Amino acid sequence: MAIIETRNLTYTYPGAAWPAIKDVSIKIEKGEFALITGPSGCGKTTLCRCFNGLIPHFYQGELQGEIMVAGLRVQEHPIYEMATHVGLVFQNPENQLFALSVEKDVAFGLENLGTPREEIRKRVDWALELTGIYELRERTPTELSGGQQQRVAIASVLAMQPEVIVLDEPTSFLDPLGAKKIFEVIYELNRKLGITVVLVEHRLDLTAKYADHIIIMDDGKVVLDGEPHEILNSDQARLIGVGIPKATRLYQILRTDEVKLGGKVPLSSEEMAEKIREALKHL
Amino acid sequence: MSFFDGLRFRRVTSPIHNLDPRIKFVYACIIFVIAILFWELLPLIVLFIIQIPFVVVAGVKREWARSMKGAVFLASIIFLTNFIYSFINAGYKVTLPSLEYALAMTLRFLVLVESFSIFFLTTSPDHLGLALEQTHVPYEFCFAFTTAVRFVPVLAEEAQTIMDAQKARGLELEKGNFLKRVRNYIPILIPLIVSAIRRSLELAEAMESRAWGAAKKRTNLYVLKLRREDFLFALITIGILAAAIFIRLYFRIPHLEEVLAGFA
Amino acid sequence: MIEVQDVYFTYPSGVEALKGVSLTIQDGEFVAIMGENGAGKTTLVKHFNGLLKPTRGKVLVDGVETTKVSVATLARKVGFVFQNPDHQLFSETVEEEIAFALKNFGFSSDIIEKRVTWALNLLGLAQYRKTSPFMLSGGERKRVALASVLAWDPKILILDEPTIGQDYQQKEKLRQFILQMKAQEKTVVIVTHDVEFVAECNPRVLLMRGGKIVADGEARKVLTSPAVLEQASIVPPQIAQIFIQLSDLGFQKEVIDVYEAREILLKAFGRRKE
Repeated sequence: MAIIETRNLTYTYPGAAWPAIKDVSIKIEKGEFALITGPSGCGKTTLCRCFNGLIPHFYQGELQGEIMVAGLRVQEHPIYEMATHVGLVFQNPENQLFALSVEKDVAFGLENLGTPREEIRKRVDWALELTGIYELRERTPTELSGGQQQRVAIASVLAMQPEVIVLDEPTSFLDPLGAKKIFEVIYELNRKLGITVVLVEHRLDLTAKYADHIIIMDDGKVVLDGEPHEILNSDQARLIGVGIPKATRLYQILRTDEVKLGGKVPLSSEEMAEKIREALKHL
Repeated sequence: MSFFDGLRFRRVTSPIHNLDPRIKFVYACIIFVIAILFWELLPLIVLFIIQIPFVVVAGVKREWARSMKGAVFLASIIFLTNFIYSFINAGYKVTLPSLEYALAMTLRFLVLVESFSIFFLTTSPDHLGLALEQTHVPYEFCFAFTTAVRFVPVLAEEAQTIMDAQKARGLELEKGNFLKRVRNYIPILIPLIVSAIRRSLELAEAMESRAWGAAKKRTNLYVLKLRREDFLFALITIGILAAAIFIRLYFRIPHLEEVLAGFA
Repeated sequence: MIEVQDVYFTYPSGVEALKGVSLTIQDGEFVAIMGENGAGKTTLVKHFNGLLKPTRGKVLVDGVETTKVSVATLARKVGFVFQNPDHQLFSETVEEEIAFALKNFGFSSDIIEKRVTWALNLLGLAQYRKTSPFMLSGGERKRVALASVLAWDPKILILDEPTIGQDYQQKEKLRQFILQMKAQEKTVVIVTHDVEFVAECNPRVLLMRGGKIVADGEARKVLTSPAVLEQASIVPPQIAQIFIQLSDLGFQKEVIDVYEAREILLKAFGRRKE
């Protein structure tokens, strides 16, 4: 069953002349790791805001079409109710931590929901363990690196035990190793706990290998939607100007040179190295 | 930036830090009351000295010394005004009682600073927010308080970055007459305000996404509960108050003159 | 030319951000300073235009010690574009924003007019001349910030994290732009942790860690040494990763470019076919 499903979703911000997303119809299945990408200003962030009801409840504006998340019609349920099903993690870690200690921040959502104290304690510790920041629980956010702050942000939506976690370019302020750690954490949440992950990201080099499903947007519309290997191998993806992983690009170039490397198109350096190794063996 | 550094609370633990902030606040208030009860130098000196162990136990000597140093300027003003006042009253003569009076008034102020600095230096903003919450101050207010503490250093850093960015474009803040100098700050203020607005919007979004306003009655991860140490500290505080009242009522406190005479 | 001689820097808060950095950047060089957050990259480049003065050691720009002149004087030579454009945009129109620095430097109004037009055209912003910078998209605001520095034509250009939040096409434009600057013999220094971007540009790379420079050399050398990179929290670019994994087959390790990789692989396959 699809956990997120939109049909002809169109949204215009208050006072805007054009809609930010147009006629978006997508389906994200339960347990999937979905990657949404596309050039700046293509409507990725706007789409994310629809998933937990920030649109239309917080942003107002005009929303048309259908959107169902975790079996709920988003228009009819307040954000705080959607928040228990969908956790949103934003780009700038600094602006999503309000408390003066890590564990207090992680507890914030549950406190708002009026969860009993013992239960908060349990879930906070659980979320801190899963994101690998248990040791940092008493620190203040200003003492943490960007990567650590972003893990706090993930833990704080995780504590509410949502079925879906949506991350909007969560690593753009982080250094490569910090970013890699974030991706590993969310990949593990996806694999081990079966949490559906929706990741918005420009840098496919780092993320394409985790995805089961890629959605490419351009100018407010969905232009490509499907299995990552197929999508990234299409010429269309390259023409839209999506940063295709270099391993994929190398494979494509070699193909035009009539060097056939068998199987599916590679998305990571490991896959590509393996293909080259195989091909050399069979020469 | 040193001013903002002062607001950056460093997380330390000590028996004093671990005390309930409400009790510590009561302590600071009681010391204040006692200081007002006395206008003689001797008991105020005692009052000043008996607090020093708390500072030592809390391990905030350096910070404490800094805040006492900060109070020196105001203290000297208090001393001078009182001294001049009694100097005039005594018929333009320097007398021992007038000196004692001025010193006592100054010390009274220092005792006040001392007790409240113990409170602020050993209470994390976090605990303070919690104490506010549990004394039934509306949650919105408590949240505003902790968020402000959280973002003051962030904004200070941002202001510094903006200043650097504009200086790199040839802006010279100290150039020109007074009016020009005020105008020089426009390129700093506008980006600062715009970014603060943008930041608050992002914060609001993040709060909404974490179920802000879901339940009528919020719960809290932490709860302040009075422990044995808190009662002990409260007992000490009340003891000091009782002793002070007793001394005030039943003892005649020797003046500086008599004390000096006794030594002679 | 920028000369950094054994520079130490400690912030007033007591954080020691630079611990003995020495380097020379020649005129016309293209340098990328990389390393994890907090390694001291931004602190180092802020010394190049005098925003920060060394606690110990010396920084010389064209032979002049930065402690001897004002930031405004140094800025004429050293243009510094900050990471976040919102930290500098404040004018009512893009045109005024770009003219701001020119006015500070005391250019005459007809020269200002000329330079503004030049900078607008260079970065493809001509149609936004009278628009408020706050109405523009993130990528456009970044370009306005860049134009506002380029306008006075500094011979050294410092870009702090120019690729953050930029999509592939925007990065490609930026790369073309940097190459253009290089062709004009400008010195370009970028601070970044975008390995793929650096791999495509192939500049001289300075790797920093804990306030020190731990590696200095051609991108293809530095970005293909996993041990050195890991110290600085950097992951090798994807093409390098492929060749590092294949090193047991006798492939050369120092490859970061897709087209170079293609040549090598074609040769490998061709040779075996023969």
